Amino acid sequence: MATKRKIRVLTAKPGLDGHDRGIKVIANALMDAGMEVIYTGLRQTPEQIVEAAIQEDVDVIALSILSGAHDFLFPRIMELLGEKGVDDVLVIGGGIIPDEDIPSLKERGIAEIFGPGTRTDDIVSYIENNLRR
Amino acid sequence: MFEGEGIEQIKDGYREWSEKLRPKLAKRPERKADFVTASGIPIRRVYTPVEIADLDYMSELGLPGEYPFTRGVQPTMYRGRLWTMRQYAGFGTAEDTNRRYRFLLEQGQTGLSVAFDLPTQIGYDSDHPLATGEVGKVGVAIDSLRDMEILFDQIPLDKVSTSMTINAPAAVLLAMYIAVAEKQDVLPKELRGTIQNDILKEYSARGTYIFPPKPSMRIITDIFSFCSREVPQWNTISISGYHIREAGSTAVQELAFTLADGIAYVEAAISAGLDVDEFAPRLSFFFNAHLDFLEEIAKFRAARRLWAKIMRERFKAKDPRSMMMRFHTQTAGCTLAAQQPKNNIVRVAFQALSAVLGGTQSLHTNSMDEAFCLPSEEAVQIALRTQQLIAYESGVTDTVDPLGGSYYIEELTREIFDGAQDYIDKIDELGGAASAIEKGFIQREIQESAYRYQREIEKGERVVVGVNKFQVAEEPLRDLLRVDPAVRISQIEELKTLKSERGNGRVKGILGELRKAAQGNDNLMPVILDAVRAYATLGEICDALRDVFGEYQPVSTVGG
Repeated sequence: MATKRKIRVLTAKPGLDGHDRGIKVIANALMDAGMEVIYTGLRQTPEQIVEAAIQEDVDVIALSILSGAHDFLFPRIMELLGEKGVDDVLVIGGGIIPDEDIPSLKERGIAEIFGPGTRTDDIVSYIENNLRR
Repeated sequence: MFEGEGIEQIKDGYREWSEKLRPKLAKRPERKADFVTASGIPIRRVYTPVEIADLDYMSELGLPGEYPFTRGVQPTMYRGRLWTMRQYAGFGTAEDTNRRYRFLLEQGQTGLSVAFDLPTQIGYDSDHPLATGEVGKVGVAIDSLRDMEILFDQIPLDKVSTSMTINAPAAVLLAMYIAVAEKQDVLPKELRGTIQNDILKEYSARGTYIFPPKPSMRIITDIFSFCSREVPQWNTISISGYHIREAGSTAVQELAFTLADGIAYVEAAISAGLDVDEFAPRLSFFFNAHLDFLEEIAKFRAARRLWAKIMRERFKAKDPRSMMMRFHTQTAGCTLAAQQPKNNIVRVAFQALSAVLGGTQSLHTNSMDEAFCLPSEEAVQIALRTQQLIAYESGVTDTVDPLGGSYYIEELTREIFDGAQDYIDKIDELGGAASAIEKGFIQREIQESAYRYQREIEKGERVVVGVNKFQVAEEPLRDLLRVDPAVRISQIEELKTLKSERGNGRVKGILGELRKAAQGNDNLMPVILDAVRAYATLGEICDALRDVFGEYQPVSTVGG
């Protein structure tokens, strides 16, 4: 057997939000945990994120929004992934997301939402335990 | 400040005291092996006159209202006039936000502070595809002068001062403000307020840039020059450390990177042919009030001293107002916890107190619910009351710089000053702030500090009450403020109506003039003013400038 492939994660900032402290901290933590991390940079459209995820053949997409646009952008990304037939990528999200929004985001296929105060090692172990391929 | 026999006696006394303490410490050690500030500056067990013996009072501290302004920019500070209580607010439509402003003014707020939504901040109209999901979310949606007229309806612009958090399209929003004032028969020279207009920190920390650095700096110097003649009471820029700190920097980095940006603006204006004393009195600053109470107070004091020295020594300013650092402060949003959110009221109170003891000119106090959403009316009221409690009940406003002369505060002020100066030297070596940003230096420094901070929390070295210690099970917060997604639809309809009612030929002509002006060297402000008066939209004006200037492409600082 060849050595096991590293977990590949696309960390992404959909929409116009410029708050990237959280996503950069998480990118660093995932790299320290031995994952390969690609960061899209700011102001990515859902189309660009889905395209990057397919191009980079990632196992995980980690999305961060602090502007309140998660209600539109997260479901839109899931919709586009569905259209492209991508169903084995784990999609997680974080940012300023009210608790009451979480159930509907999960219904649309976001696997988990991590809010302020989350430990980065909880995100690492969540990813390790919930990969879909 | 202290010399001779007295200081020798203190040194002897300190030595004896330390000897006596040694066996006690062996038996009962202190809580930690090393004590450091939130920025990592080592803290001694106790401070005495010895640490500040060589401090020269008149050149390092001076008297209030005098160079180097360490003790405050006004001779009487809050004995004369309290700081401006200015809560950053905006959401949904101009009508929604106008209602919140009038509520805040009724509650005793003394200035306005406009939060714009992201499409507005990035120069897109509400009908732009990239605006989907963002309209009215983090601030008010402004597409044209028509929205701005509604935003300030029944608010007399000759009576209030208004701060606008707007950067890349600052020229356009300032022009709209001037145009609204014209309709109220208020002259530009009567207007008081601030535009943030600080593009460099957008590249390094906040993210709402549009154009590349060079044309952005040109727009900024055009604004300096225009306002020095036409809107003389306006603060033409608010050079901001706030967002640098929010992005994860230390206090020392916040100060250093902000002042390095300030140096870049002063250099740009001087190279554009302006005289330093013509524009420098209207420069203002914006800092964060973070958790480490005493370090923050020292930071504010060090900031004034350092800027005064830079302006006098480096830029040869002669007018004392050019050397006087006036600043706004906001409590640290990144320290608000989603867990046990009522604790945030107390966090904010300590942070606000540090800003007042640090001599701020205006203050925004965050609301307890902002780790979830925009603040509710009740939460904002508590936040404003926190400022009023400090102002009217605590007594700290009754003498100038009450902590001045504290051995620790003075020593810490000096250490922060020196640490920031070292960073500024390093940035000078890299070719200045714009170049250090292009090289990713500032972004990397900030993100390394942010990661270190997070690791410290996760290792339990840094306690966050309610988050990694003293946790409880709790119910989610209810009655959060929600922005109606219909805001986008109504904005789009308004845009359609506007475009059917205005003189489109005239708009087209002015936008053509704007392109031509952008290609040349003339000041852009007069033609932008003409454009907004003709009801050209924000997106149309910014698109005309995009055609000429292009868009900024950020450098990546994550990974290899």
